[in-house]
Amino acid sequence: MTAATAHPAVSHLAATALRRHVRRSGRRRRLAAVGLTLPLVAYLLVFFVLPILGMLRLSVANDELATTLPETTALLRAWSGEGMPPEDVLAVLAREMRAAHAARTLARLAKRLNVESAGFRTLVLATGRNLPETPAGSWTETFLALDPEWGKPAIWGALRRAAAPWTDLYLLAALDLERGEQGEIRRVAPERAIYLGILGRTLWISFLVTAACLVLAYPLAYLLAGLPERYANPLLILVLLPFWTSLLVRSAAWIVLLQREGPINQILQGLRLVDQPLQLVFNRAGVLIAMTHVLLPFMVLPLYSVMRNIHPSYVRAAISLGASPWLAFRRIFLPLSVPGIAAGCLLVFILAIGYYITPALLGGADDQMISWFVAFFTLQTVNWGMAAALGTLLFAVTLALYALFARVVGVDRLRLG
Amino acid sequence: MPRADDAFVRFEGVTKSYDGVHLVVDHLDLEIARGEFLTLLGPSGSGKTTCLMMLAGFEQPTAGEIRLEGRPLSRVPPHRRDIGVVFQSYALFPHMTVAENLAFPLEVRRLGRAEIEERVRRALAMVRLSGFEHRRPAQLSGGQQQRVALARALVFEPKLVLMDEPLGALDKQLRESMQYEIAQLHEQLGLTVVYVTHDQSEALTMSDRVAVFEAGRIQQLATPRELYEEPKNAFVARFIGENNRFRGIVEGIEGGVCRVRVGEAEVRALAVNVAGIGKPTTLSLRPERVVTGEAAHHLPNRFAGRLLETVYHGDHLRLRLALLGSDAFIVKLPNRPGMADTLARGTELVVGWRVEDCRALDA
Ligand SMILES: Nc1ncnc2c1ncn2[C@@H]1O[C@H](COP(=O)(O)OP(=O)(O)O)[C@@H](O)[C@H]1O
Ligand SMILES: [Mg+2]
Repeated sequence: MTAATAHPAVSHLAATALRRHVRRSGRRRRLAAVGLTLPLVAYLLVFFVLPILGMLRLSVANDELATTLPETTALLRAWSGEGMPPEDVLAVLAREMRAAHAARTLARLAKRLNVESAGFRTLVLATGRNLPETPAGSWTETFLALDPEWGKPAIWGALRRAAAPWTDLYLLAALDLERGEQGEIRRVAPERAIYLGILGRTLWISFLVTAACLVLAYPLAYLLAGLPERYANPLLILVLLPFWTSLLVRSAAWIVLLQREGPINQILQGLRLVDQPLQLVFNRAGVLIAMTHVLLPFMVLPLYSVMRNIHPSYVRAAISLGASPWLAFRRIFLPLSVPGIAAGCLLVFILAIGYYITPALLGGADDQMISWFVAFFTLQTVNWGMAAALGTLLFAVTLALYALFARVVGVDRLRLG
Repeated sequence: MPRADDAFVRFEGVTKSYDGVHLVVDHLDLEIARGEFLTLLGPSGSGKTTCLMMLAGFEQPTAGEIRLEGRPLSRVPPHRRDIGVVFQSYALFPHMTVAENLAFPLEVRRLGRAEIEERVRRALAMVRLSGFEHRRPAQLSGGQQQRVALARALVFEPKLVLMDEPLGALDKQLRESMQYEIAQLHEQLGLTVVYVTHDQSEALTMSDRVAVFEAGRIQQLATPRELYEEPKNAFVARFIGENNRFRGIVEGIEGGVCRVRVGEAEVRALAVNVAGIGKPTTLSLRPERVVTGEAAHHLPNRFAGRLLETVYHGDHLRLRLALLGSDAFIVKLPNRPGMADTLARGTELVVGWRVEDCRALDA
């Protein structure tokens, strides 16, 4: 409804002017609001959105061949892919490989091709080193003389895939899949299939940690929520106390506590609960204990915040209506605390699946989670593609969890503290 | 007044302190008869809710005993007391529909499905909310939530219903219609109701008896008429309805009537609650019991005052006079044709009142 119809006294002309005025003042306010959020938006863009986009790009990036052998790349893209490439393509390939060998850029390409099949590194590096300036006979003969592998379709298939602008190689590898000779997707050989197992282990450890946190945090939050604020607030600060030291220190402290001669084993033996010291560290138990401790506050806070807002009169009403205290808890308090349970579990689970330091310090070889492999590929083998693909997998799991939460509980009911 | 042996609820010397220092409820003795509508009326913080919560079982008396039908309640847990409670905040379960809220006390009692449905249907009809079964509390207006809370407290046919300022959150018009509805339900169902409010007009219109609370003690327990017309002390007189107050010294007492010196003047009043000759007292006089002009001439208390202000209320006029050293002496006069024009500011006015209408209370 316009101002003119609401107030017939306002002439059409005046109404137009009024509308323009309202719109202009509204625009100024909106601009101010946008302006105030600009620093945060810029910050998120630079330090959050762009790195994620960068990671997604790296996980499908395929530019090694294009940068090392640019002309060959163009020719390979146009080539039919049957048998060996024609003489003119091989001539360009030989020239560019020699140049790359001289410029010491061939190693990067060799590494990329080695991901397709072990052995291609040696093949490419040796060929690059030994290629003559002019062919002995045809280029085809020259390549075959250097190494008969050049006569097989595998290397040419690999080169053609490396010539494509994008590759799904790393993402498939992160799911223990690969492309076969015809380009079909298939499972990798069982002895190379490790990532799904690691993903499963990561999810399982995160699930156990989340469950342990919930079991420990729920009674604590319940107790705190029932206390008067002057007692609850100092106790809540105690819950947050672990945040005052670094994650590294806390994880290392658990090694001291849990080791064979550590205080926990001494107490257990002192109480005659065990005769042998328990192996509590450098195995799954150590990882679970330490991660539960580190993540516990993230469960307590949302639970506490939701429980605080459950007015005691609900439970009293239920009791006055004839429900026993336990029934009142189960039928009234528990359902009303579900948003806190969901928020806490979501938060702890998402934090847990990305954990690195704690399992690295307290776990054995079989307790490392996905992040350990991300670090391994980034720092040890400098395989950005594989690191980014595993990161993308983690990101996808997180998004899926969040979507599940949004469906089941609703985003508007999320309370984190 | 109920006799001692048919008391339905009985508070015996009930005392409550939360901190071990302040007595929130102080040696309370109270008897409530079956079918009675008893209201606890008092200013905020006077211990009304605490009394109700002790009755419902959510607070334990520090000393004393509460009996329901003669049985001591101290060993009956709250969920076995069969007492319906309407909370001030309604406390409707937000994750359940209206029907589920009403079914809750019946499910807890393991009634059959068909019976539950029938009772829920009847309870909703009783509060005129049929058709609202599947709404959530958040989708109801304040008045509707209030009626659901009421229906939920009644649906399991409790022996006793407690209501803690149930209408406090409603606007005036809704409050008045709900007062009427609650009074009707009390009548129809023969309920015993303990009702808490700080609104005196609510207490007067709804109750069989009213207990006026102050600082954990009952100042007066009486019918609404007695409370208004025969307040026992200055607190009750001040708290219930409007009244003019004078402070004076008792000069003599003869046959239930006392002479009280107020400044220069002497006022004759009923000696209701005076400490003795020479002691201070508070005189209490309702504004509508004051007469003016001709009618005042033969009255024992007759004084001249100057009119400071006239406020027109339609059906009546409120005059503010300077009289007996006070400049807030209020007179309420029924409005008669032409009357408003004769009362100009500054007019000297003769006012008077009967001895029986002026009560000498504690200082
Ligand atoms: N749970 C409690 N703990 C401590 N003090 C309380 C508690 N409940 C009430 N009080 C105190 O007791 C006094 C009476 O409170 P209440 O019974 O709620 O009064 P009313 O209902 O008449 O307003 C107040 O001073 C209040 O601060
Ligand atoms: Mg109260």
